[in-house]
Amino acid sequence: MINFQYLRTTTSKSALALLSKDKAAKFLAGGTNLIDLMKRGVTTPEKLIDINHVPLKQIELKGDTIIIGALASNTAVAEHALIKEKLPLLANALNAGASAQLRNVATVGGNMMQRTRCGYFYDTEMPCNKRQPGSGCGAIGGFNRMHAIFGTSEKCIAVHPSDMCVALIALDATVVLANQKGERKILFKDFHRLAGDTPQLDNNLKTDEMIIRLEIPINNLAKNSHYLKVRDRASYAFALVSVAAALEISDHKITDVRLAMGGVAHKPWRLTASENFLKGKEASTANFELAAKLAMTDAKGFGENDFKLQMAPNSIIEALTLAKSKA
Amino acid sequence: MENRMLKDENDRVDGVFKVTGKAKYFAEYELPGLTYGVLVTSTITKGKITTLDTKAAEKAPGVISVLSHLNKPSAPGYEQDGGSPMKIFYTDKIFYNGQPIAMVVANTFERATYAASLVKATYAKEEFNTNFDKAVADSKSKKLQGQPDYKRGVENAYKTAEVKIEEKYHLPIETHNPMELHGIIADWRPNNQLTVYAKTQGVKATQGTIANVFKIPVENIQVNSEFVGGGFGMALRTWPVEIATVMASKHIGKPVKLVITRMQMFTMVGNRPAAIQTIGLGANKDGKLTGITHRAFGETSVYENFTEGVVNMAKFMYQCDNVNTQYTVVPVDLGVPIWMRGPGEATGAFALESAIDEMAHALDMDPLEFRIKNDPERDQQRSLPFSDKNIKEAYRVGAQKIGWNERKNKPGSLIDGQLKTGYGVSIGVFNANRGRASVKGILKADGSLVLQSATSDIGPGTGTGMTLIASKLMKIPADKITFELGDSSLPPAPSQGGSATLSTVGSAVNDVCVALKSTIAELAANSNMDATANFVDVLKKNNLPSIEIMKQSQAGKEREAYSMYSFSIHFVKVKVHSLTGVVKVDKIVSVGDSGTIVSPKTARSQMVGGAVGGVGMALTEESIIDHRYGRYINNNFADYHVPVNADIPEIEVHFINKPDPYINPMGAKGMGEIALIGFSAAVANAVFNATGKRIRSLPITPDKILADS
Ligand SMILES: Cc1cc2nc3c(=O)[nH]c(=O)nc-3n(C[C@H](O)[C@H](O)[C@H](O)COP(=O)(O)OP(=O)(O)OC[C@H]3O[C@@H](n4cnc5c(N)ncnc54)[C@H](O)[C@@H]3O)c2cc1C
Ligand code: SF4
Repeated sequence: MINFQYLRTTTSKSALALLSKDKAAKFLAGGTNLIDLMKRGVTTPEKLIDINHVPLKQIELKGDTIIIGALASNTAVAEHALIKEKLPLLANALNAGASAQLRNVATVGGNMMQRTRCGYFYDTEMPCNKRQPGSGCGAIGGFNRMHAIFGTSEKCIAVHPSDMCVALIALDATVVLANQKGERKILFKDFHRLAGDTPQLDNNLKTDEMIIRLEIPINNLAKNSHYLKVRDRASYAFALVSVAAALEISDHKITDVRLAMGGVAHKPWRLTASENFLKGKEASTANFELAAKLAMTDAKGFGENDFKLQMAPNSIIEALTLAKSKA
Repeated sequence: MENRMLKDENDRVDGVFKVTGKAKYFAEYELPGLTYGVLVTSTITKGKITTLDTKAAEKAPGVISVLSHLNKPSAPGYEQDGGSPMKIFYTDKIFYNGQPIAMVVANTFERATYAASLVKATYAKEEFNTNFDKAVADSKSKKLQGQPDYKRGVENAYKTAEVKIEEKYHLPIETHNPMELHGIIADWRPNNQLTVYAKTQGVKATQGTIANVFKIPVENIQVNSEFVGGGFGMALRTWPVEIATVMASKHIGKPVKLVITRMQMFTMVGNRPAAIQTIGLGANKDGKLTGITHRAFGETSVYENFTEGVVNMAKFMYQCDNVNTQYTVVPVDLGVPIWMRGPGEATGAFALESAIDEMAHALDMDPLEFRIKNDPERDQQRSLPFSDKNIKEAYRVGAQKIGWNERKNKPGSLIDGQLKTGYGVSIGVFNANRGRASVKGILKADGSLVLQSATSDIGPGTGTGMTLIASKLMKIPADKITFELGDSSLPPAPSQGGSATLSTVGSAVNDVCVALKSTIAELAANSNMDATANFVDVLKKNNLPSIEIMKQSQAGKEREAYSMYSFSIHFVKVKVHSLTGVVKVDKIVSVGDSGTIVSPKTARSQMVGGAVGGVGMALTEESIIDHRYGRYINNNFADYHVPVNADIPEIEVHFINKPDPYINPMGAKGMGEIALIGFSAAVANAVFNATGKRIRSLPITPDKILADS
């Protein structure tokens, strides 16, 4: 462990001011990912700016939009009556992640920013283009059971490990970011990146920016939604694959549908083609199967993760079926 | 331990200590002037250290010393040639990735950790192989070590049987991951006096090993290990990193504490070795076994050999005139393995008990019925009667509790939506050992009894069992009895392993109590008291504050006349999701047939713990290595999956609870191993019954269920 400076601040303004002085500084939220990365020598910030006292913990309804502060804890969001009622998909996805202890301190912003769990990324003795660009990808030709099947690049096949983010991309969330000059908004689907030629970049947050809040439009999908997480043990394990599925059904016809997956790509993976296929169709097993097949069009396995080519469509069918069957 | 607040006779004597944090584990001893050791490990898999730069580390704040092969801190036993254990800091050779190559000692743990990151090594690399499958495939021509082959009747008789199966079974490396990390505190004082606080299954063994390496008398070494946060076999030896800590303390003249990291648990304290096994079974059409062949390859290291009882069970568990076994160990460039609960027998039972299920299926027989049909009356391997065996009764009890009659013999018959239900059964068996131990009893006029023995309690509740044996014999309430253990100055006892402690030390407790009673009776007679007089009155009348008796106890000729084993039957009900491949264990019934149950609560806990470990072995645990680099990939608690609460269903435990007439005075046999042995096969058999898929490679992860479906 390398010595670092610990700074604490109580406003986003001063946090951003501190950040602008030192690009090697990092925000410390729940610390559940950052501290591990520091212990392993993967990240070596010279300064930690503790933002836990910045008042960005609000969870509220403003007009037709639900606002969630970047520092609201995963537990606070998952347990909030408003979220349970209006966005159960988000509550369920959060509760499927990590463990109760971790969720109690993990924050919304930290969850979005958490890094991949690829074992090569964590071991500084191994090659990894994400940790050390140009050093090679250990997972390609190595242990890649947990890795991506969609949108992979020759440089990196890591997945984004979050459950929460899978629900957020399905829910058409918007992210509000700020730097010293002011705020900007981007769609959640544009927040995370594919690895491409720059696997070291997980997302489009600029080095002088901070995540301030999420804005999520309310919808009619609360009733028929389901978050399915397939994993090696029943709790406290990352997804092999996960599916966020939500349906709005009237007269047996699907009037609105959201489908997204986790554990399959470098970013939360929205299944737009499958959604378009399902819209206006009957909510039947046959259609779910066709939608699942469509989702797999560009999927590609890397050996140990080939099973996902089957587990993914199966899980889409199961998630849609369970979403539909909710009373 | 006083003030134990026993609520009920059967409560753990140390339960309140454990849940209130008063139980002190090795790492919690705060010695004055304590310093902290942190290990530097090799980043290559095989070769030699060419340079080791410790200068920056030595200059770092708080650093007292850096130990390595460069300064070879004094360990006279290591100066001599020969002996197989890896001589830490006495070699520049690298045998495996993650091998400790230096230890930084500093005045705080954080400073030692930082300084350790400054030590830089360069190496001359050599070709290596960490892939066990490959090593086995390449091993055909090499001379390998193992155990003598066994043959009874015709070799490979299964090949010519009316019905035969021949299958191969794979087990991955499993890593010891008890909650407590391994380590030691060593305090070397002037005149070669040493005190250690250890995590050990045997204080006497630790004392002996250290005496050997440092060439000092055993009396100079005090080993303390009152509480152990999970041993499971890993603490049955004193590891090189413990020796290194003693070296460090001797070298700097201060107490040194070492607690290894979770990652280092994967490379420094052994593992359940990987295994590849082939089983051939032959039977006639009536379902009688006519041939059993069990061949196994076990993983070992290049620098030390490790063998265990993988093929034992095949030799006696089923009635069969033709049996042959072979066990060979094949080295890879990894750290040396060690026993892990149920050790080799658990490995072997996965294969044998899966194969038995496969044979039952081939015969279209209920696997329970098939087992009963082939249940032997006598031990054919040793040509002896069993001292005590109630397997058929255990089958009956377990079958009824799991609801075996709901089971369908045709796989894939019980389907509800996407969920397929299946039932599996397996048997576990382990030698019912009894060693030699001494116990001292101090019976006091205040009505209390103190018992002392240098045994250990690595979790099963040794103190509780011993207290209950004494309480029953002496008619003294459990809360008036103290059992002292985990201290090398107490009367000698063997290490806690091989499910032998209750049998071994319990017998000595028994003998001491019997002797104390007869002494009291004598005193009573001599002082004209009634023969039934209370010992408190007898001691008072004789003006004795206490009486003390020490007894040594060991097995006798009965072991030549009888074959002694503990047995368990595991029943498992699973639900398998046909789309996701997720296996959920829905219910567990384990039945123990291990003689008298001396301590019902802790005995039950043993069985429950074994079942949980068994779920891990069956469904989730696997240490993954990238063989291109020889490094572990999932060496942390997030990625190495031990089962969590959500994975564990209702566990029912039943005991036959009949005394074994020959084993020892209590009629009680060990159960630490049988709680786990065979369990993984019950899960695999249940999965087969649910889905028709036979998974012969553990762990049974969802991808394996989905494969070719
Ligand atoms: C053992 C384990 C199991 C887990 N299992 C799961 C799982 O199953 N599913 C799952 O989804 N997650 C899982 N997690 C991950 C967990 O969800 C994340 O660690 C957590 O959400 C991170 O939040 P944090 O507040 O602790 O972030 P921190 O660790 O504090 O920060 C993470 C990163 O985010 C940055 N950051 C934090 N807040 C902001 C902000 N407002 N603006 C800009 N940057 C910011 C930090 O600088 C840092 O780089 C697991 C974690 C562990 C340790
Ligand atoms: S998949 Fe990505 S994170 Fe993993 S080793 Fe390759 S480059 Fe690194």
